[in-house]
Amino acid sequence: MARIVAVTGNEAVAEALKQINPDVCAAYPITPQTDMMQRFAGFVSDGKVKTEIILVESEHSSMSACIGASAAGGRVITATSSQGLALMWEMLFIASGLRLPIIMPVVNRALSAPLNIHGDHSDAMGARDAGWIQLWSENTQEAYDNTIQAFRIGEHMDIRLPVIICLDGFIISHSIERIEYIEDSDVRNFVGDFKAVNPLLDIRHPVSYGPLILPDYYMEFMRAHAEPMAKVPKVVLDVAKDFEKISGRKYGLFEAYRLDDAEIGLVILNSAAGTSKDVIDEFRNKGIKAGLLKPRLYRPFPYAEVGEALKHLKAVCVLDRADAFGGSFGPVFIDIAASLYPYKERPFLINKIYGLGGRDYLPEHAALVLDELAEIVKTGKVKTFKEYIGVRE
Amino acid sequence: MKLKGWKEVEPGAVIKEPGSAMKFKTGSWRSLKPRWIPENCINCLLCWIYCPDMAVKVKDGKREDFDYDYCKGCGICALECPGKKGKKAIVMEEEAK
Repeated sequence: MARIVAVTGNEAVAEALKQINPDVCAAYPITPQTDMMQRFAGFVSDGKVKTEIILVESEHSSMSACIGASAAGGRVITATSSQGLALMWEMLFIASGLRLPIIMPVVNRALSAPLNIHGDHSDAMGARDAGWIQLWSENTQEAYDNTIQAFRIGEHMDIRLPVIICLDGFIISHSIERIEYIEDSDVRNFVGDFKAVNPLLDIRHPVSYGPLILPDYYMEFMRAHAEPMAKVPKVVLDVAKDFEKISGRKYGLFEAYRLDDAEIGLVILNSAAGTSKDVIDEFRNKGIKAGLLKPRLYRPFPYAEVGEALKHLKAVCVLDRADAFGGSFGPVFIDIAASLYPYKERPFLINKIYGLGGRDYLPEHAALVLDELAEIVKTGKVKTFKEYIGVRE
Repeated sequence: MKLKGWKEVEPGAVIKEPGSAMKFKTGSWRSLKPRWIPENCINCLLCWIYCPDMAVKVKDGKREDFDYDYCKGCGICALECPGKKGKKAIVMEEEAK
């Protein structure tokens, strides 16, 4: 029996972590950390979980402690946000390079400067090529569900890679929604016992982690690393199938919303996809064939599948909640452009930067973008490839 | 030695063979070479303690000659060596062929 509750995104993810009862959690306890880890620390103090919690002096240390605990042979979690993820950056590559399946919810918030702790994807986008799997979540239910599935994906014997679960800062992390919690025993059975690979604490089989690999071998190790990543999409789909059995909820590599017969479409991550779907419904009611694609598995990015899903459209706008200080297109735009490049016939593609530092993304923004796409289809002309929306002149 | 291809390397570069660093000889890094002078040696074994690698060999509690396969020529042994009556038992010399 599912429990129906009204909780914040942070409460829901902390609940998922409680149900899984990991061996070790190393977390930095102060801002930019959110109350997710405060809640989890409460479960530890109340004896609800048997997790060893290590409160460290920085996120660089929290990821370092996670790496040690994971190599030792434990199921390990942490969580962070914004500058905290930025400070972990060096260690992120070590966690993935050593093939350690650490699970880390990331509450997506802006990077300094200027200082801002509101919803923004710049933090996770900065870590997108660090060798971690990334699952993105539209709402609290998806954040909870993705957290549970992340353990099965990262710990799969064909994969053994760390996983980041993204949820929008404040909009999801601190807002209350009605969601369904899965029964504790169902979650535990679904996730299963942790199986350690080459644990340092197995003193009968001594191993060394982190050797120096010189130019004669480094490239072989990097090439080998691409293999488990290539297997991720299949594992994500297999895990989603099993998850549907305990939850009744379906998950794919991405969500295609009214996309099959669409002529114009939006590509957008996380919470803003919910707002956009409402507007797409309004456009459909007006007889305009609009659709939406919301990536879920963002790393590794399923280029071929996304390209197949979008290739028949006439015009697509990719909306990014992260910018590169004007020096590039938004990160999602670049991935969508790459996924459509192999097709001779492909949609017009434009990029809008929205919602930086917690700026509201409103239904009228989605409507303006869809109107612009309809105009592009009509005239066959793109006025501006990249533009900022919801910003004052 | 035939180098392994990418399909043969260990995931995560984990080393499962204990003591395999023995196979990685680093003596060629050296530009200065320590020379042991047994007549000045008091067998205090400070060189053995201070050597950052395992280049000072000891057998049955007695100092033996250097293992040049692993000596990188850092000179710590020569610096720490108290010698006998002011005469060092380890001196650093230019490496030459």
